[in-house]
Amino acid sequence: MIDVRGYSCPTPVIMVKNELAKHPDSVEVLSDSPCAVENITRFAQQHGYKVVSQPTQEETLLLLTK
Amino acid sequence: MKKHHLLMIVAGVVVGLAALILTASGNPANMGFCIACFLRDIAGGLGLHSAGKVQYIRPEIIGLTLGAFGMAFAGKEFRARAGSAPALRFLLGALVIIGALAFLGCPLRMVLRLAGGDLTAIAGLLGFVFGILIGVVCLKKGFSLGRAYKVKKSDSFVLPGFMVGLLVLLVAAPAFIHFSQEGPGASHAFWIISLVAGLVVGAVAQKSRLCMAGGIRDAFLLRDFNLLTGFVAIFVTVLIGNIVLSKFNPTLAVQPIAHHDYIWSFLGMTVVGWGSILLGGCPLRQLILAGEGNGDSAVTVFGMIVGAAIAHNFGMAGNADAMVDGTFTAGGVSTAGQIGIAIALVLLLIISLCNLYKEANAK
Repeated sequence: MIDVRGYSCPTPVIMVKNELAKHPDSVEVLSDSPCAVENITRFAQQHGYKVVSQPTQEETLLLLTK
Repeated sequence: MKKHHLLMIVAGVVVGLAALILTASGNPANMGFCIACFLRDIAGGLGLHSAGKVQYIRPEIIGLTLGAFGMAFAGKEFRARAGSAPALRFLLGALVIIGALAFLGCPLRMVLRLAGGDLTAIAGLLGFVFGILIGVVCLKKGFSLGRAYKVKKSDSFVLPGFMVGLLVLLVAAPAFIHFSQEGPGASHAFWIISLVAGLVVGAVAQKSRLCMAGGIRDAFLLRDFNLLTGFVAIFVTVLIGNIVLSKFNPTLAVQPIAHHDYIWSFLGMTVVGWGSILLGGCPLRQLILAGEGNGDSAVTVFGMIVGAAIAHNFGMAGNADAMVDGTFTAGGVSTAGQIGIAIALVLLLIISLCNLYKEANAK
């Protein structure tokens, strides 16, 4: 799992992009920014990934799978 | 059309309409909104600089921050976060505004100038894109200012609270607050119109994530054109509005609050583009993020206010061209302004090189 909490845009998407290059089948992402969640979701979907999100009070766990 | 695209277009149209209304209501030409100019006016209003023509407590800035604050709370998106290189962010905020004031406009005003037919702003646009490209290279090399952390809510109320204080000072107008009697600072819409326009734009900018630098950055970096849609929507809305209102004047000749110093307009906006990418967003976005509870962006906004004061105290702000009784007086960027931009570029290079992570932000 990669933890992108606290990073400003577009660093969370770059971190996810780098992680997907290493593990193209699936990646879990923990974010505390609604903006980063939207950007990561849009990026993953544009690259053919299915995105499942599990939001809690201030954080969201995203599961990206091919 | 996808929901986020539609939201971004709506946000761009709302910003464009608000800019047109503010200009028609008394704001300077092609300056419905200008984050750099308005923070400069606030710095002058508070007595942080003594340029008599640019002193006013701009309600648009207050509205933008409080509009974002309200929308973030309503949407359960308010997050108290801080601790990501605050000193560097303060410095970057100051540098970005010094660059913007040399050009005579933030990225938002650059778009408004272009939509008014101000072809001199093309040099600024090219510089802005060039600066963003340098920033994108830095991001690809692993640039990051590091992680922010959850903090007490009191930290996140500092900038919204400061804005409420400014509103009180605007309305009460005590003698120690400076209000321009002539020049751009004296040209403004009635304060309630400005405040409401700021509140509306702040709310839609928070919801849509509108960012003038982010649009070009994402297009190059991620092939994501969502944010760029808002940039284009503002331009098209204001362009159509200006044509309808017979205010579209496409020429290189004397333009409102602009100059012909193309090289330094280019380099000034290079500073703005590069600095905005290192900060994670343009000056407008910093205000919105501060409204959402981001203490680092609040520090950046204070840096921008101080940068605006420095720009005027040190004679680094650009001077507008003028035509008085048929006599043309060339404006431009002074030697002090040129030195300021050169120093800003060197500092941006140092900050960029000192914050590269080999593992591309994975730490």
